[in-house]
Amino acid sequence: MSGDSLLPLAVVASSFVPGLAIFFLAESRHRLRSTLNLFGAFAKLALIGYILWGVLHDREFVFTHEVLPGLDLVLKADALAMLFVTLSAVLWLFTTVYAIGYLEGSPHRSRFFGFFSVCVTATVGVAMAGNLFTFFLFYELLTLSTYPLVVHRGTEQALRAGHVYLAYTLAGGAVLLVGTVWLYGIAGQVDFVTGGVLDHLPAESAPALRIIFLLLIVGLGVKAALVPLHGWLPKAMVAPAPVSSLLHAVAVVKAGAFGIVRVVYEVYGVEFAHTLALLAPLALAAAITIVWGSLRALFQDDLKKRLAYSTVSQVSYIVLGTALFGPVGTIGGVVHLVHQGIMKITLFFCAGNFAETLGIHKVSEMDGVGRRMPWTTLAFSIGAFGMIGVPPLAGFISKWYLGLGALEAGIPWVLAVLAASSLLNAAYFLPILYRAWFKEPPAAWPHEHIRARRYWETSRLLLLPPLVTAAATLLVGLFAASSWTPLDWAKLIAAREYLRWVP
Amino acid sequence: MMTMVFDPASWLILLPLAWATLAFVLGAGRGARLALVGLGAQALLALELARRVRDQGAHAHALGGWPAPLGIELAVDGLAVVMLLMTALVALPLGLYARAYFGAKPKGGAWFWPLSGFLIAALNALFLSADLFNLYVTLELLGLAAVGLTAAAGDRMAVAAALRYLLATLLGSGAYLFGVALIYGTYGTVSLAALAPLISAEPAVLLALALMVIGMLLKTALFPLHFWLPPAHGGAVSPVSALLSALVIKASFYLLLRLWFGVFEPVATVGAAQLIGILGAGAILWGSLLALLQTRLKMLVAYSTVAQVGYLFLVFPLATGVSPEAGVSAWQGGIMQALAHALAKAAMFAAAGAMIVATGRDEIVGLSGVGARLPLTLFTFALAGVTLMGLPPSGGFSAKWLLLMAALDSGQWWWIVVMMLGGLLSAAYVFKVLRQAFLPAPGGSAVGRAPRALELTALALALGGILLGLFGAQPLALLEAGGGR
Amino acid sequence: MSIGLFYALVGGLLFALGVGGLILRPHLLSKILAFNILGSGAFLVLVGLGQRDGTPDPVPQAMVLTGIVVAVAATALALALARRLLDLSGDMVLPGEKAADEAEAGDQEAAPGDGPRGGA
Repeated sequence: MSGDSLLPLAVVASSFVPGLAIFFLAESRHRLRSTLNLFGAFAKLALIGYILWGVLHDREFVFTHEVLPGLDLVLKADALAMLFVTLSAVLWLFTTVYAIGYLEGSPHRSRFFGFFSVCVTATVGVAMAGNLFTFFLFYELLTLSTYPLVVHRGTEQALRAGHVYLAYTLAGGAVLLVGTVWLYGIAGQVDFVTGGVLDHLPAESAPALRIIFLLLIVGLGVKAALVPLHGWLPKAMVAPAPVSSLLHAVAVVKAGAFGIVRVVYEVYGVEFAHTLALLAPLALAAAITIVWGSLRALFQDDLKKRLAYSTVSQVSYIVLGTALFGPVGTIGGVVHLVHQGIMKITLFFCAGNFAETLGIHKVSEMDGVGRRMPWTTLAFSIGAFGMIGVPPLAGFISKWYLGLGALEAGIPWVLAVLAASSLLNAAYFLPILYRAWFKEPPAAWPHEHIRARRYWETSRLLLLPPLVTAAATLLVGLFAASSWTPLDWAKLIAAREYLRWVP
Repeated sequence: MMTMVFDPASWLILLPLAWATLAFVLGAGRGARLALVGLGAQALLALELARRVRDQGAHAHALGGWPAPLGIELAVDGLAVVMLLMTALVALPLGLYARAYFGAKPKGGAWFWPLSGFLIAALNALFLSADLFNLYVTLELLGLAAVGLTAAAGDRMAVAAALRYLLATLLGSGAYLFGVALIYGTYGTVSLAALAPLISAEPAVLLALALMVIGMLLKTALFPLHFWLPPAHGGAVSPVSALLSALVIKASFYLLLRLWFGVFEPVATVGAAQLIGILGAGAILWGSLLALLQTRLKMLVAYSTVAQVGYLFLVFPLATGVSPEAGVSAWQGGIMQALAHALAKAAMFAAAGAMIVATGRDEIVGLSGVGARLPLTLFTFALAGVTLMGLPPSGGFSAKWLLLMAALDSGQWWWIVVMMLGGLLSAAYVFKVLRQAFLPAPGGSAVGRAPRALELTALALALGGILLGLFGAQPLALLEAGGGR
Repeated sequence: MSIGLFYALVGGLLFALGVGGLILRPHLLSKILAFNILGSGAFLVLVGLGQRDGTPDPVPQAMVLTGIVVAVAATALALALARRLLDLSGDMVLPGEKAADEAEAGDQEAAPGDGPRGGA
C-alpha cells in the first residue's frame, strides 16, 4: 500500500486520533487538550493542502479495504470530496478555537472535545467516502458522535432534544440503509463516479431505481432537514453554540445535503436522474422546504431557533441547485454548499457571543446590542446580508447561479421561489439588524458574563472566529471570479459532470 | 501413524477438561491462574486449527485411532472452526474479567473455574462432534455446566432461575434424544456423514426433525420459548451471564444449523422455515420491547439477548428454498450475527457487571453518574450497543447487511421491515441506559470505582465486535475454505 | 407387531407422559420424576427400534448406558438444586408456578381481603 493510498486515511485519522487521546485526558489538562485539538486541526489542513496540490498534478488518492466479500470501504479524494473536506477542515479549526473560548471553565470538556473530534472525523469521512456503503458508515457515525454533543448540557430539555434527534436520524439511517442495500443488490458495488454508475442497467429496473431514489433521499433528507423531515433541527438548538455552528454549517445538515449531491451526480448521474424524471419532484421538495423554513423563521423570537429555521431553508438551496438540470444550476448548488457553511457559522458564532457575553437569547432582547458589541454585530450583519443575497456577498453568488440555472433548466417558477425566499430572508433578518443598530440599549443586559476590556468587547477566542468567517463571506463573494475560490471549484465539478452533455 | 500427529481438535476438548478438574482441586486462586493459561493455550490451538482448515480444508479425526461407529469421530469444517475460534476468543477476555470480578466480589468464585472449564470443553466437543448421539451428550454436559454456573450466585432467585433453566434444557435435550432414537431406528446410524445420503421424507424422520427442532428452539430460547432465559442470564453473576449469553445459546443454534442445512436439507420445507422466521421476528420485536420496559440493568441486557436470538433464526427463511446467492448471503449473515452477538453481548454483560460493582446496585435508575465516573465502561457499553443496533462499522452491521441482501435477493421484504424495526427498538433500549448514565449523580449517592481489569477486558470484547465489522471478510473466507455449507 | 415396535410405542407414550408431567406438575419432585420418565421413554425407543430382526444391536445399548449416566447426573443436580431452593424459600415449587398453584387453591377458599371478589 503506497503512501498516496494511505493519505485519505490519514486525513480521517488526523481528527480521530487526537479525539481518542482527548477522551482519556483529565478534566484539568486544558492546555494539553487545546494543543491536541489545534494540532489535529492544523495537521488535517496540512494533509488536505498536500492532497489538493497532488490532485492538481493528476495524482490519485484512494484507500480501499475489503470489509466483506464484495463490500469495500473506500476513501477517495475527488473534486467534490476536496471541496467539502476543505470546508470542514477550515471551519473545524475556527470552531475549535471558538469552542475553547466558549467552554472555558465548564465541566466535561474532555468528553465534549473528544466527541467533537469524532464528529469532525465522521464529516470528513462522509466527504471522502468513495462509495455508498462508506458514505453510510460515516453518516451513521456522525449520528452517534453528535448525540453526546446535543445532550452535552444534560438538562431535561437537552435530553428530550437528544431523543428527538436520535429518533429522526436513526429512522432516517434505517431507510437509507434499505435503499443502499437494495441498490447494491441491483448494481453491485455502488462507487461514486462522475456521471453516475446506473445508466447501463436494463430498462426494467427503472421502477426499482425510482423507489430506491426515494428511499435514499428520505434517508438523507432527515439530516438535510427537508420538510417534513426537519422536526429535529429546531429542537437540537439546546446544544452549546459551537455545536450548533458545526451542526448547521458543516456537519449534520451539510452531510445530508452533500449526500443528496453525491446520489444525484455520482450514483444516478444527473442525466440519468433527469431521464427517470426524478429531478422535478426533488426540486419541488426543495422549493417547499425553502419557503416553509423561511416562513417559520419569521415567527421565532429565540435567536438560535430563528437561525435554525433559516438553516432549514438555506440548505435546500443546495438541494434545489442539484435538482436543476444544467451546469449553471449545479454550480449554484455546489457553491452554496460552501457559502452557506461560511455564512451560517458566522451567524451562529455571533449568536453564541451575544448569549455568552450578555445573556441575550431572544431577538426581543437585542435592542442596541450594536453599541455594546459592534464587531460581533458587524459580523452578524455581514452574515445576514449574505443570507439575504445582497451583492457582492457569498449568498448573492449562489442565488445568481441558481436563478440562471432555473432559466437554463426551463423551470421559471424557481425564480419566484428564490424571490419569495429572499424577501422572507430580509423580513426575518432586517428587523434584527434594525434593533441591534438603531434601538436604544436597555439599562442592563439580561446577564452580563464577560465585561468589555479596552478594544475587546468579549473574549478574544470568541470574537476572532466570527470576524474571520465574516470576512470570508465578503471575500468569496467579491473575488468569486478568481481562481481557487469555491465558485471556481464548483465550476470545475459542473464541467466534469456535464462532460457528455451538449446544451 | 495417524495418532502420532499432533491434533489441535482433540486437545481443544481435553485441555479445558484437564484444567477444570485441576481447578476443582486447587481452589479459586490458583485455579484461576491455571484456567487463564489454559484459555490462552486454547486460543492458540483454535488459531492453529483455523490455519489448518484454511490451508487444507475440512477434515475428520478419529479419537484414539478408533473409527466410527465404535470410536468417536471429530469433524472439523469451516463452520466448526469459526465457532471454536469464537469460543476461544470470547472466553479468554472473559476469563481475565472473571478473575478480576471474583477478586472484587468473591461470592460464587470457587465454583466458577471448574464449571466454566467443563462448559468450554462441552462447547468445543459439541462443535467438533460428527454424530447425533455425541451431540446429545455434549449438549447435556453443556446444559449441566451452565445450570451449575447459574446457581453459583447462591441466592434464592439464582437457584430458582437455575432450576427453571435446568428443567427447560432437560426437556429440550429430551426431545432431541427422542428424535435421535427415531433416526437410529429408521436408518441404523447416527453418523452425520452416513445419514446425509439416506434421509428422506418418511413420517418417523419428519417427527424426529420436528422434535429436534423444537428441542433446540427451547434451548436457544427462541420466542415464545424464551421464558427461562431472562431470569437465568439476568440473575447469574456477571461473568456467568456473559458466558451464557455469548456462547451457550450459540451451541444449540449451531446444532440446528448443522441439522437443517446439513443432513435434513432434503426434508426441510419452506413453510417450516417461514414459521421459524416468524418466531424469530416475534423474538426481535417482543424481546426488544420487553428490554425497553425493564428497570434492572441485567434484565434489560438479558431481554436484549432474547431479541438478538431472533435475528439468528432469520437465517432459516432466508436460506431455505432460495437462490444460491441469497442462500450464501443469509448463511454468512446468520453466522456473522452469532459471532457479533457473542462479542457484543459478552462485552455488554461485562460492562454491566462493572457498573454494578461500581454502583452497588442493579437498577437502571441507579446509573446516574456512571458516565462521569466510569467513562470507559460506558463507552464499552455504547460500543457493544452499536453492534447490537447493527450500526456500522460492526459485526452486527455486517450481519444485518448480509441478511438484508439475502432478503432483497429472495424478495422477502417483510423480514426487512422486522430487521429495521428491531434495530430502532434496540437503539431505544441501549440509549435508555446511556442516557441515564449521562445524568449527573444525585447528591449523597457515590459511584465507586470498578477494577481497571474489568473495564479493559470488557472494552477488548466490545472492540472485537467493531473489528469484526471491519475485518469480516476473514472469518467468512475461513468458512468458505472449510466448505461452509 | 414386533416386540421392538411395541417397546418403541410404549416409549413414545412414556415420553409424552413425561413431557406432560414436566410442564403441568408444579411440584419440583414431580417434575424431576417426569423428566426421568421422559428419558426412559426415549431410551426405550432407542433400544426398541434398534433391534434388527430380533437380535439386539450393541450400539444403542451403549448409547442408552451413556444416556442413563447423563440422566443420573442431571437428576442429582436437579435434586440438589431443589433441596437448596427448599432451604432458601421453604417450598419445592418454582416462583412463577407457585402463584398459579395458589390461584387454583384460591378458587375454593377465596383469600380474605382479596378485593371485591374476595368480599363477594
